[in-house]
Amino acid sequence: MFDIERWQEIFDTIRKNKLRTFLTGLSVASGIFILVILLGFGQGMQNGIEKEFKQDATTSIWAWPETTSRAYKGLNPGRVVRFKNRDYEMAGRLFKEEIEYESPRVFVRGVDIVYGNEALVYGIQGVSSEFQFIEGFGTSEGRFINYKDEISLGKVAVIGKKIKEDVFNKMDTPIGESIDISGIRFTIIGVFNEQNEREEERIYIPLTTAQRVFNGDDTLNTLSYTLPPAENFEEAVASAISFKDNLRKYLKEEHMVAPEDESGVRVWSAMEEAKRYYGITGNMKLFFWFVGVCTIIAGVVGVSNIMLIVVKERTREIGIRKALGAKPWSIVGMILHESIFVTAISGFAGLIFSMTLLEVVGPHVEIDYIVNPSVNFNVAFSTVMVLIFAGTVAGFVPAWRAAKVQVIESLKDE
Amino acid sequence: MIEIKDLHKSYKMGSNSLHVLKGINFTAQSGELVAIMGSSGSGKSTLLNILGMLDGADNGEYILDGVPIKDLTETKAAQYRNKFLGFIFQSFNLINYKSALENVALPLYYQKVGRKERQVKALNYLERVGLKEWATHLPSELSGGQKQRVAIARAMAAEPKVLLADEPTGALDSKTSYEVMDLIQKINDEGNTILVVTHEEDIAHMCKRIVHLKDGVIVEDKKIEQVRAEQYV
Repeated sequence: MFDIERWQEIFDTIRKNKLRTFLTGLSVASGIFILVILLGFGQGMQNGIEKEFKQDATTSIWAWPETTSRAYKGLNPGRVVRFKNRDYEMAGRLFKEEIEYESPRVFVRGVDIVYGNEALVYGIQGVSSEFQFIEGFGTSEGRFINYKDEISLGKVAVIGKKIKEDVFNKMDTPIGESIDISGIRFTIIGVFNEQNEREEERIYIPLTTAQRVFNGDDTLNTLSYTLPPAENFEEAVASAISFKDNLRKYLKEEHMVAPEDESGVRVWSAMEEAKRYYGITGNMKLFFWFVGVCTIIAGVVGVSNIMLIVVKERTREIGIRKALGAKPWSIVGMILHESIFVTAISGFAGLIFSMTLLEVVGPHVEIDYIVNPSVNFNVAFSTVMVLIFAGTVAGFVPAWRAAKVQVIESLKDE
Repeated sequence: MIEIKDLHKSYKMGSNSLHVLKGINFTAQSGELVAIMGSSGSGKSTLLNILGMLDGADNGEYILDGVPIKDLTETKAAQYRNKFLGFIFQSFNLINYKSALENVALPLYYQKVGRKERQVKALNYLERVGLKEWATHLPSELSGGQKQRVAIARAMAAEPKVLLADEPTGALDSKTSYEVMDLIQKINDEGNTILVVTHEEDIAHMCKRIVHLKDGVIVEDKKIEQVRAEQYV
């Protein structure tokens, strides 16, 4: 390997065949380049989807009632199921061990919202204090609804950041301002922000207030939960699915919904959705790997092919060397050395070029579901090593053929 | 130096077998200059290939400097070739992208001689064939005679026991041929054993002994009065 003479031999041949060497190198380098870029985008997609799901706390689980579709225990299909406070309390007690945060939710409908002389058209939802953790949003100003607001039927409201920007844009802070909801004064105590703008166009008030003041009953529209963080993704998915199934089973029994009825009681788990997306990204990554590996194989075949030509071109020279006393292994070594050298140099060139491109351009990529495409250096490095190894194997056949050159045949005058 | 007893060699040509060497007995002492003559198909090239360990015999004995040459692996054959033999070819067979000096140094590389020493030795041999000034030139920049002299220097560089020359003057005009023969004679004068395969009478008569091959057997083997090439140069 550190034989100066042999290095000189290689440089001599490379110098003599610049174009051929360049083309071989190019095929190898582009193989690595394509692989790294593909892997980078695979990672980018995964990052993007992860980011998309982190917005809503990934472990959140939502349950809501619907109309039944099957007859059960003498009840007709088409019956409307309604969740009551009792369902929320019972479920909370039953699954106490599994739940991290919980909150019921009601939609307040048919109310007029007025600020000053301005009529506002925003959705109002009654929720409990833990709802902020389930939705995973922060309060940019003031605070969220707390337990005290709930028990005291506080006339307080938390508005979305979008509302602040649209309505309260002339003042520093909307906190302390009053809005009129169907003639009742509510004081703004906080502003929340979310990634999703549509969800920022909402007003939250305490659930108790919403039920007593506006709806006049104890019906709930949604039950929402989060589960405590798990060790890893698989565990999180498993516990989310088990909780989801248990919750649905309990609610169905409670509301006399047939166990096999698809509607009636719906439970949705963000985790399960996430898993589906992760599954897709997993497959995408696999596909990218496949394409990348095929590209590299094409590169390696190219190297092998070129080396075969090299051997053919140098048959006479190899014959001379053998006549002068070159041992078969020294011929194999010479040919392999060149093949490894070309593969290594161009492989690393492709690696450096593609990594640089990802480093420079990656953070600026702004496409839906692709965030910061990047590639693990170790993975990329190992790929180049594998490529060099493959190049060695690919070079071995031509090298072996070179070593088997018949001196008499090769020195015959053409 | 060279001892051959009852050497047979045949080639398979499809279903037929071509018997090329039909029992050759031949001995050459150290310091001899032998011409091997014969028309094409007489088996002289085959004999040279066997002597050069480029091909194996079917039957018979071949002893080179007391070492029996038999059932060689490729590696062993390469080692013996490097140690015992120097080749001179009709078409010179220099490596075209290497300078004259590098060409001469090549057998030393395969003897694992250090780089510096290699160059010194190679230059020394180039000087002996009168091409010291041409050391850095590529073969394409040399004339035919010069190329053959570089090839002779290369064959000498490994300090072999025997030089095998296959039609060394076949590609050269008569004047250059005599120059090359003059060089070969001088090398022989220093005590080197040389075998020259040729079909040219005048070249053969510049050797000290002529062996005539015909149809795979030696028909004539005679010592002759050497004609010095010097006088024609």
